[in-house]
Amino acid sequence: MSEITRAEVAVAACSDLFRGQAEILASPAGIVPTIGVRLALLTHAPDLMISDGESTILGDVPAVDRPSTVSAGYLPYRELFELIAAGRRHVVMGGAQIDRMGNQNLSLIGDHAKPARQLLGTRAAATNTVNHTTSYWIARHSPRTFVESVDFVTGVGNDRARAAGPAASRFHRLHRVVTNLGVFDFSGPDGGMALLSAHPGVSFDEIQAATGFPLHTAETVPATRLPDERELQLIREVLDPRKRREDEVPA
Amino acid sequence: MSSKVLSAGDVPGLFSDGMTIGIGGWGSRRKPMALVRALVRSGVRGLTVVSFGGPDLGVLCAAGQVKRVVFGFATLDSIAVEPHFAAARQAGSVDVVELDESLLVSGLRAAGRRLPFEVTRSGLGSDALAGNPQIRTVTSPYDDGEELVAMPAIHLDLALVHLNRADELGNAACLGPDQYFDDLFARAATRTVVSAEAVVSTAELTRDAHPSTLLLNRTMVDHVVELPHGAHFTSCLPDYERDEAFQREYARSASSAPAWQQFRARYLDVDEAAYLVNAGAGNE
Repeated sequence: MSEITRAEVAVAACSDLFRGQAEILASPAGIVPTIGVRLALLTHAPDLMISDGESTILGDVPAVDRPSTVSAGYLPYRELFELIAAGRRHVVMGGAQIDRMGNQNLSLIGDHAKPARQLLGTRAAATNTVNHTTSYWIARHSPRTFVESVDFVTGVGNDRARAAGPAASRFHRLHRVVTNLGVFDFSGPDGGMALLSAHPGVSFDEIQAATGFPLHTAETVPATRLPDERELQLIREVLDPRKRREDEVPA
Repeated sequence: MSSKVLSAGDVPGLFSDGMTIGIGGWGSRRKPMALVRALVRSGVRGLTVVSFGGPDLGVLCAAGQVKRVVFGFATLDSIAVEPHFAAARQAGSVDVVELDESLLVSGLRAAGRRLPFEVTRSGLGSDALAGNPQIRTVTSPYDDGEELVAMPAIHLDLALVHLNRADELGNAACLGPDQYFDDLFARAATRTVVSAEAVVSTAELTRDAHPSTLLLNRTMVDHVVELPHGAHFTSCLPDYERDEAFQREYARSASSAPAWQQFRARYLDVDEAAYLVNAGAGNE
């Protein structure tokens, strides 16, 4: 097999987000986490449920850039919101900004009254984060994205969930952040972000330089695991034969 | 029973300055764009627009008719950021009530149910709440004592929605993949206008479709207007997909004031029949 790419390492890291998770809806935003979820489904997490991101639950596991041919359920937005409130979901969101405590910002850059750059708005990030497990996928890890403090909190971080009281923290669970450079969790002081592993060939210093706040880390930083042969075959031949993953993480 | 059918020419008479108008659809999907175009031609100003925002919001902001926006997001789907809404925000020319999608659903549902608020967990800890003192919390009266969001009802003066089929009594069918929250908009409003691709007989509504496709019944609807391609350039499945080429042209019109004036003259300062010809709607 040819050399393992950074995108393939990130796909396996996204698959690992779903280890030990059974019958829930896995909702990935982005190409790499979508391949990762489907890889998890075909390997260690066969009970995961996936949708087309619109209104259909899939009854098959198509390639990332191919339509499903088997529908297993109906999930218009009104039903998705019921499922979210019931907690049967793990979302992988993106974000224009994320901070040390895991607050995410999808909405705007600058001041809310007159933003320098208006982006999407809050969407359902606030709902997602207080109702079920949330992870993040950031394809381009940079100090512009990993900031000390986000400009507007859409997805709720650990400090904000604590401050909002038991109703906010009861089902709030930030799991991990996967980027093109490494994998992070929230095992740092006060539930802050900590480096879990660096992708092969990436140094701690490189990750710290791309991060706008001091990163917590163990004394030695392990390397993110490589996908095994079966996973590589599934990624390359079944789930993403046209290398859409490299649109997000160039080889 | 009497017909609720209006001619397209009667629509502008429904609009007045300062109204709160809820607009159905979602992003750049099944938006009542022909009704929005009528709203632009009417010239009413100072509107509060409530929307899961797409080009409906963008067009009205660009036309300078919006004072306040109550929204969960604004996007063109295949183009992530709604460019005219973004321009209005960046110029500081509209006030916003920024909600989470689910908070907006709760506010509309509370209004339709004639309740002061709906209890939800959504929004806790986020700046949708922290930045908005109008949204308060409520403590559970039961043993759990949880402090939850009391999302206030969002009352609408007028709701505008576009569906695939309607009859003249105001029963209307959604034949596409998602109803979004059009029924909640209809119930939250003092008056609801439904535009439809076709106005057909009641029997015709369920000739080839299950009764479960009838999203709106006549108690929820005040006016019916037949407006073929009435969601153009947004999608209205299964009747038509989004007109992506036209949407790109719309997005480019946010690049400068002259570009917008040109777009407006060609597509908005003309009647609906001329719009459909100029936009090539139905030729795709």
